[in-house]
Amino acid sequence: MAEAHPVGFGWVMEAKRRGARVIHVDPRFTRTSAVADTYVPIRAGTDIAFLGGVINYILSNELDFREYVLAYTNAAAIVSEDFRDTEDLDGLFSGFDSETRTYDPSSWHYEGLEHHGERHDQHMQRETASAQQHQAHGPSVPAAPARDETLQHPRCVYQLLKRHYARYTPEMVEQTCGIPREKFEEIARAWAGNSGRERTTSLVYSVGWTQHSVGVQYIRTGAIIQLLLGNMGRPGGGIMAMRGHASIQGSTDIPTLFNLLPGYLPMPHHEKHATYADWVDSIRHPDQKGFWHNAGAFCASLLKAYWGDKATPDNDFCYGYMPRLTGDHGTYQQVLDMIDGKIKGYFLLGQNPAVGSAHGKAQRLGMANLDWLVVRDLFEIESATWWKNSVEVETGEIVPEECRTEVFFIPAASHVEKEGTFTQTQRLVQWREKALDPPGDARSDLWFFYHLGRIIRRKLAGSTLPRDRAILDLAWDYPTHGEHDEPSAEVILKEINGYEVATGRPLSTFMELRDDGSTVGGCWIYTGVYADGVNQAARRKSRHEQDYVAAEWGWAWPANRRILYNRASADPEGRPWSERKAYVWWDADKGEWVGQDVPDFEKKKPPSYRPPEGATGVEGLAGDDPFIMQGDGKGWLFVPAGLIDGPIPTHYEPVESPVRNPLYGQQANPTRKVYERAINPMNPSGPDAHAQVFPYVFAVSRLTEHHTAGGMSRTVAHLAELQPEMFVEVSPELAAERGLTHLGWAHVVTARAVVEAKVLVTDRLTPLRVEGRTIHQIWLPYHWGREGLTTGDSTNDLFGISLDPNTLIQESKVGTCDIQPGRRPTGKALLAYVADYRRRAGVTDDPHPPVVTAGEG
Amino acid sequence: MGVRTWIEGWPVYRQLTGTDPLGRGAAAMSQRSAGLAPRTGAADSMARSVCPYCAVGCGQRVYVKDGRVTQIEGDPDSPISRGRLCPKGSASKSLVTSPLRQTKVRYRRPYATEWEDLDLDTAMDMIADRVIAARAETWEDVDDEGRPLNRTLGVASLGGATLDNEENYLIKKLFTAMGAIQIENQARI
Ligand code: SF4
Repeated sequence: MAEAHPVGFGWVMEAKRRGARVIHVDPRFTRTSAVADTYVPIRAGTDIAFLGGVINYILSNELDFREYVLAYTNAAAIVSEDFRDTEDLDGLFSGFDSETRTYDPSSWHYEGLEHHGERHDQHMQRETASAQQHQAHGPSVPAAPARDETLQHPRCVYQLLKRHYARYTPEMVEQTCGIPREKFEEIARAWAGNSGRERTTSLVYSVGWTQHSVGVQYIRTGAIIQLLLGNMGRPGGGIMAMRGHASIQGSTDIPTLFNLLPGYLPMPHHEKHATYADWVDSIRHPDQKGFWHNAGAFCASLLKAYWGDKATPDNDFCYGYMPRLTGDHGTYQQVLDMIDGKIKGYFLLGQNPAVGSAHGKAQRLGMANLDWLVVRDLFEIESATWWKNSVEVETGEIVPEECRTEVFFIPAASHVEKEGTFTQTQRLVQWREKALDPPGDARSDLWFFYHLGRIIRRKLAGSTLPRDRAILDLAWDYPTHGEHDEPSAEVILKEINGYEVATGRPLSTFMELRDDGSTVGGCWIYTGVYADGVNQAARRKSRHEQDYVAAEWGWAWPANRRILYNRASADPEGRPWSERKAYVWWDADKGEWVGQDVPDFEKKKPPSYRPPEGATGVEGLAGDDPFIMQGDGKGWLFVPAGLIDGPIPTHYEPVESPVRNPLYGQQANPTRKVYERAINPMNPSGPDAHAQVFPYVFAVSRLTEHHTAGGMSRTVAHLAELQPEMFVEVSPELAAERGLTHLGWAHVVTARAVVEAKVLVTDRLTPLRVEGRTIHQIWLPYHWGREGLTTGDSTNDLFGISLDPNTLIQESKVGTCDIQPGRRPTGKALLAYVADYRRRAGVTDDPHPPVVTAGEG
Repeated sequence: MGVRTWIEGWPVYRQLTGTDPLGRGAAAMSQRSAGLAPRTGAADSMARSVCPYCAVGCGQRVYVKDGRVTQIEGDPDSPISRGRLCPKGSASKSLVTSPLRQTKVRYRRPYATEWEDLDLDTAMDMIADRVIAARAETWEDVDDEGRPLNRTLGVASLGGATLDNEENYLIKKLFTAMGAIQIENQARI
């Protein structure tokens, strides 16, 4: 965190100054480790084993915050007797279909609900990353399941967890993660001891968790601990996802993602959402509790925002215009489709996949097989110049004179040359004022897309083709200003916020959205950002003039709430758990929830409220159900529905690992998304005898002084000077083993690529003892490419493409490799060199090892 | 110059006798440095902005004079950043004023080995034509069972996460209306 989010880390240091203890777990000693109270190196890719050990420690010593756990989580819920755990099935849960490598999750459900709800094809759900919809709400669960308040029932969630994690002992953690048991126990003790009524512990992670084939389950494991210890919805607690780019949170909320529409509404699927009613009901779940019940209003208001007056209740608000998904249309599938010549044109909008995405070679070869490519950026990045300046040009894989791709580089406006909002990591939306006009041909993306749409509409005007109706009927009349006819960002923000059609009055909360076409709402979770016609995101009341919650600085979704689920900061009766940790509580005299934040609960619903029999929607939530977006109002220790890879996190090895899974025959995530293509070979792993060809683990991350693919940092003199060269960190032990010299050259090889770097021999990396042998880890930054003031090889070239099944995010934080002294070969010799590694590793004939390995002894 | 002025002009004297014993402020000033004013003071305007790098969201103040960015500083009012910026945020002025910034449209013809110039309006028109053509060539009306598809798989897009919310909103709106579904973002990666 100190490396990649330095100013945010200042608050960790403030907490430390006031007595907080900082614990850092990372494969490599970083600037965070340097100031932490405890630093523990871990084998990359073993976090579930480590966190599972913490869960086992909590449960076997009964250190959970019992009152919180009983009232606010699903610990007491009883699960179907058909459920079988990975402990019974060698690393698989019940319901596994080895043909599609997905689960029928009905046996994971609560008792009696096994056949509840839609029987979605899990394969389709994986293809469309549909679990991502649950970012703003839990999946469907009808009213209260059977419970055992004593937590003794053998099939209650509490007992299932206890049994599942019983083998995650300190010894197992030591064997798997390479963390000495005393160190592990010290952390488990500190975490449990610093949680409860009087104290809370915060958990911080970043893409070191998400970019794995089990990324969602890493975070789930953290969530189980934080729920067991009562750290959710409370000040100083929570799980902090440190997101990596200025508005990456906004890019998910108001997404440019293939499977999502604004506010986590799903993009329609041709089978599942054939009609408007299918689409709305799949979101609303008519028999479900919670705020998601109002989804019809969110859907209708979005379509009104898209097609304006043309969208009416009689034509299902033009739902018939919506394009439909049929499967995986994600960025990696796209790249493979480009290589196959299926995609004609590609827009890159401030993104540099030639350096930033996994498998750089596939990215560049894909772009070399397009009809046309549009790159919008501040600088001539590698994704704009691969046709004249890439490794593939040197190896002859791309011959400029034979490459037909037409490339347009359209310069972009910088963040100070346009106005608009970023949403930062804690959901805070902040408006930026424009300081000056962009230079030359540089324009904002708002300008580019508004005018591109305008020109396309002009060219299609008069068309009678049915397919052009959706474009011609689009609500696209935005006011413009200035010399270049810049569209008004503020008018678009108002459309995102939503307004009443008849009067144009901006809405104040999403509860005002209607399903009858009387409201427009471009992104329901952002309703309120333009409340009262005031740009709330532009509020800049000084921190000196308000309390620490700073509710008048910018605006946070939803409803300017700074801590989600903050009803849990009070006990079931609505009293603060302790004076020290008071945040939001029930004021019986006023008859409402009060406190330092906007209560994440119906303001007037008393803690004693119990829903009438059969109540659904918001009415169905009891006065002590704090997790209001979940189908049952509870925090989920066990996930009965909604995930592809299982209801309880289980340790799987990374797709490429030198180690055999010590717990199960199932080596890696059996449901991960794989692309079995010749261009995407995997290094042999685990039990495979060839695994020793790639004996080392490598991890990658950021430097403080550079930013992701380097487009905004290798081009800046100060930053390029501070970190002037691509390098690789190795331990002194590994340097001795491989003959690597400090400041000399080395190259790192995988089945896909070889990259070279200067060697930094440092004890920031520690050889770990795992399964009785030494495992060496190396580390590389991934910022370099061939353009800019400092150039070097691109680390992401080393990775293949394997994805988390829930999110379709790639495993690009861990892999296996070899490292050798000296520079890499160049030109054709480079290809031969990597091919030889593949041959020695036995990946020539069958580049794709079996995915399902459970039950093989 | 009188002796007194001469002695008081001597930094060590001021450091020993004045209010700046560490010699890092008033005591170290020369006549020249005393006369200097921060360029933020002389700016024509100041815009309140947000750092474009990581997602901490540090507040920035952007100072402009004579149509040029002269300084970007941390915003002391921000409850997030309290006026601080890390090395990247502090380099924001160098980012936006970098001489490497490409401010002209560049065009690479098929099979070419070099860039050419192209007028922005022409480029926009050419891109619009290509989108329309790609869409026409790859349009899918319905699936095998006659259910609507309304889409093209001929066009794809990948955005960065320094796009504004308003920009992402318009991008998704336009592409959805055109039937282009292969719209992705760094948020997937
Ligand atoms: S100044 Fe540094 S910490 Fe703050 S937002 Fe920018 S990059 Fe992040």
